[in-house]
Amino acid sequence: MRKEGINSSKVDWVTVGLFALLALAGWLNVYASVYDEEVYQSLFDFSTRAGKQLMWIGTSGILIILIMVMDFRFFDSFSYGIYGGVVLLLILVLIFGQEVAGTRAWFALGPVKLQPSEFGKFATSLAVAKFLSDPGVKLKDFRNQATVAFIIGLPALLVLLQGDAGSTTVYVAMILVLYREGLNPTIIIIGVIVLTFLILTLIFDQLHLTIGILGVAGLIIYRMRKSWKKIFVVITSAFLLIGEVYGIDFLMKDVFRPHQRNRIQLLVNPNVDPLGVGWNVTQSKIAIGSGGFFGKGFLNGTQTKFNFVPEQDTDFIFCTIGEEHGWIGSFFLVGLFMALFLRIIHLAERQKSRFGRVYGYCVACILFYHFLVNIGMTIGLIPVMGIPLPFFSYGGSSLWSFTIFLFILVKLDAHRMQVLERI
Amino acid sequence: MIENRKYVIQFIFLFIGLIFLIKLFYIQVLDPSYKLAAENNVVRKEVEYPFRGLMYDRNNQVIVYNEPVYDLMVIPKEIRGIDTTAFCADFSITKEEFEEKIQKAKTYSYIRESPFIKQLSNAEFAKVQDLLVDYPGFYITTRTIRAYPYPMMSNAFGYIGEISRSQLEKDTLNYYKTGDYIGRSGLESQYENQLRGRRGVQYKMVNVRGVEKGSFEEGNYDTLSIPGDNLITSIDAQLQLYGEKLMKGKSGSIVAIEPSSGEILAMVSGPTYDPSLLSGRDLGKNYQVLSQDTLRPLFNRPLMAVYPPGSIWKTVQALIGMQEGVIVPSTRIRCDRSIIKCHGPHFNDNLAEAIQHSCNPYFYEVMRRIVDQNVSADPYEDPKIGLKKWREYVESFGFGKPLGIDLPNEKGGYIPGVPYYDRVYGARGWKYRTIYSLSIGQGEILAGPLQMANLGAIIANEGYYYTPHLVKSIGKDGKPLPKYHQKNFTKIQSQYFSPVKDAMESVTEWGGTGFRAGIKGIPVCGKTGTVQNPHGKDHSVFLAFAPKDNPKIAISVYVENSGWGSEAGAAIAGLMIEKYLRGADAQLRYEDFVLEEQYIR
Repeated sequence: MRKEGINSSKVDWVTVGLFALLALAGWLNVYASVYDEEVYQSLFDFSTRAGKQLMWIGTSGILIILIMVMDFRFFDSFSYGIYGGVVLLLILVLIFGQEVAGTRAWFALGPVKLQPSEFGKFATSLAVAKFLSDPGVKLKDFRNQATVAFIIGLPALLVLLQGDAGSTTVYVAMILVLYREGLNPTIIIIGVIVLTFLILTLIFDQLHLTIGILGVAGLIIYRMRKSWKKIFVVITSAFLLIGEVYGIDFLMKDVFRPHQRNRIQLLVNPNVDPLGVGWNVTQSKIAIGSGGFFGKGFLNGTQTKFNFVPEQDTDFIFCTIGEEHGWIGSFFLVGLFMALFLRIIHLAERQKSRFGRVYGYCVACILFYHFLVNIGMTIGLIPVMGIPLPFFSYGGSSLWSFTIFLFILVKLDAHRMQVLERI
Repeated sequence: MIENRKYVIQFIFLFIGLIFLIKLFYIQVLDPSYKLAAENNVVRKEVEYPFRGLMYDRNNQVIVYNEPVYDLMVIPKEIRGIDTTAFCADFSITKEEFEEKIQKAKTYSYIRESPFIKQLSNAEFAKVQDLLVDYPGFYITTRTIRAYPYPMMSNAFGYIGEISRSQLEKDTLNYYKTGDYIGRSGLESQYENQLRGRRGVQYKMVNVRGVEKGSFEEGNYDTLSIPGDNLITSIDAQLQLYGEKLMKGKSGSIVAIEPSSGEILAMVSGPTYDPSLLSGRDLGKNYQVLSQDTLRPLFNRPLMAVYPPGSIWKTVQALIGMQEGVIVPSTRIRCDRSIIKCHGPHFNDNLAEAIQHSCNPYFYEVMRRIVDQNVSADPYEDPKIGLKKWREYVESFGFGKPLGIDLPNEKGGYIPGVPYYDRVYGARGWKYRTIYSLSIGQGEILAGPLQMANLGAIIANEGYYYTPHLVKSIGKDGKPLPKYHQKNFTKIQSQYFSPVKDAMESVTEWGGTGFRAGIKGIPVCGKTGTVQNPHGKDHSVFLAFAPKDNPKIAISVYVENSGWGSEAGAAIAGLMIEKYLRGADAQLRYEDFVLEEQYIR
């Protein structure tokens, strides 16, 4: 039996509901963040950002219907094709794209601006899912590891070339997917250690860190002196870490551009230049912090209303929640996202095919990464990167791409029982 | 089991969510600093400056008031599409100046307003008011500066200027802020606390560009400004103006006091300057010029200059002599010019004649009798006892220390005492013969013009004075200043004054040394003085009060380098007295004589 189109009983309405709630809340907060009480603005005025966001939500609805009526096998079968197409777009944008604020990431199609890097996420996810769905592929195999790295690395590199370092880092989230699919966690642990030392280098003097590393290494060697092999590993990694410590100093001083360097330094010292580099984070924390427990109430936020927070309807949309709805509002928002992420993992785990499961994890991990970085930067836990909050931030490209991203999973999930029929 | 890794991933997700909620709880609920910072962001404190109190003269004429001035302000961010050439033409500045000013404003702040052209005149303001629509980013703000209907009394008024760093540090109550205006000298400084009023504060909500978005908390924290109190001064503006006219081209001072109250009627310092020079746009530049002027116009001579008083001092000596009982009015003393030189044809004067002729040997002898009273057999000890007693008398006249006028920087002059001569000549190194110059108001004695005028008031009052002051009352209620309503008694009993008064009257009569101060129909009491000046021509001094009975005005005139006191000093004193007592009916006989005299080289 073959069945196409939407079968409403099989659609996971929990996910759809969470999506709808987030998009609706996002729309209201975009309205609040651009609200000016001196000028009457309707929620539905299409000349305002709130009105436009409603339009993006509407068009996303059309995209959802399109995805739902398509053959679910299309994504499986054409995953490499879609991937290839998006990679091509990413190359083309480098050549023909419009340069906006130092990044060449936009296609201007008449009045509509399109950002292909937004679509790189689901294309890459499809390709990775497709590759891993081959029963012969084992992630323990170095060649397979290399292939996966290439699939992920190619669009990441192209996005980096556009000058959008923030969006490039999104691909790091794929590590978690690979971990779920059997990648040796050592790699991840090494990654975490390297990252930890990156931050430590920013805070502490290099010499002190070196002494610290040697001390800890000595202690470890002393406790397991029997095994020469382990001693060798410890000594090697100690020297690698010392290398990192000095390497990062070199990176910070000679490789990173000043604005990147400042954003990283801002993490360890939030009071660096509050009127310059620190302005965004300082103002965003002030806006959120001034919300208190219950918030100032819808449309009553002074910080956002009087434009103290920059980009408050896109990357810093969370400030509006924090200020107007307080900790309670933040709690609900974080809760909504947590529910969505766990639901997506639940969907991924119940897929009958490895393709569906890998894709599901890709959705969960990439959405989570956006959540992590976006909210993390508004409260000063993560360096400022231009990354939107999924379904929430103003913007057509990002809303469309997240909608497509999520609803391909919903579509796959709705047909998960049919996968077996095919085999 | 790889299956279990889903729990690890779920754990990571939940863990991050939890960290975010904890961090959010910290900044939103626990840490109050963000709420404060948010208020600082959106709430702008707007200070409403009160009107500074005005000053009136004794006849309720305004003598110091506030005049609005208009500053052209600029917000660099809002400038767009400006025709620079037209702008420069409208505001009469060069293109280079324009660029420089814009750059300066941008350096200060791109989004906040800063002054572009300070203090446009009324005419300029009227001209550019309508043009401003064409120049977005430029605004006019209004503030006030001090203005003066009569160009007079600059040193007594003082001036206001931006508060200095050291004044700010001394302001323990934290009333002032950088850039505030404060009285820098004169009455402006003395009565700063009364004149300044109280600032009002308004809290306004602003957006990130500083654009106003209404009042904060419905204006519950706003306060209104309270204008400063007006000063009713004791100055007679017409008399003051006349005095300044007379002092033109002369260096010195005129101080006129109402004896019955201690109120200062006029206080002229010459040379002087127009007070409006130190008000407004060119304060700094003008101050520079004035402070480098070799004639020292900023030096307030009535209070700050001290001179030997000269022969007017003989009145004091006469009073002390009588009080001590060493002379009586009829005491005659031979004019022995071998002791000390004298002038005029007289040989054996009594007290009145000695004052009238200003006989030096007479007062040499009077002082000798005061100092050497044979209380001690020791020829070096005896003058010490006498001089000490003499000094106590002199100090009771208000000499040797500041009188306490309501103006800053009053000098006290100097009355030498026993310790001074002991130091200079040794404890056993001096006798009366050493210090005799004191007897005729020369030598080490130094007194200021204010103290000399006060001496006139003391003689007029027959024995007491009110502390001279410039302010009669403050504010609407006319609060009295108690310390200016106390009689300060000298150590001379009142009966000794009438012989001195009689003698002083004869000074201004025809044939007296001070005949130029005489006024037909008004009995004027006066005393001339000529002070030897080692640096040049003698100083001319005149001390007077009138009318003799029920005196209305006591006056001292000190004209530097003008020669005999009978000339400039007496004439000016007479003119001032007549002007004050007769007003418009004054005949002013010697006016031309005075105006012709110019002593400033």
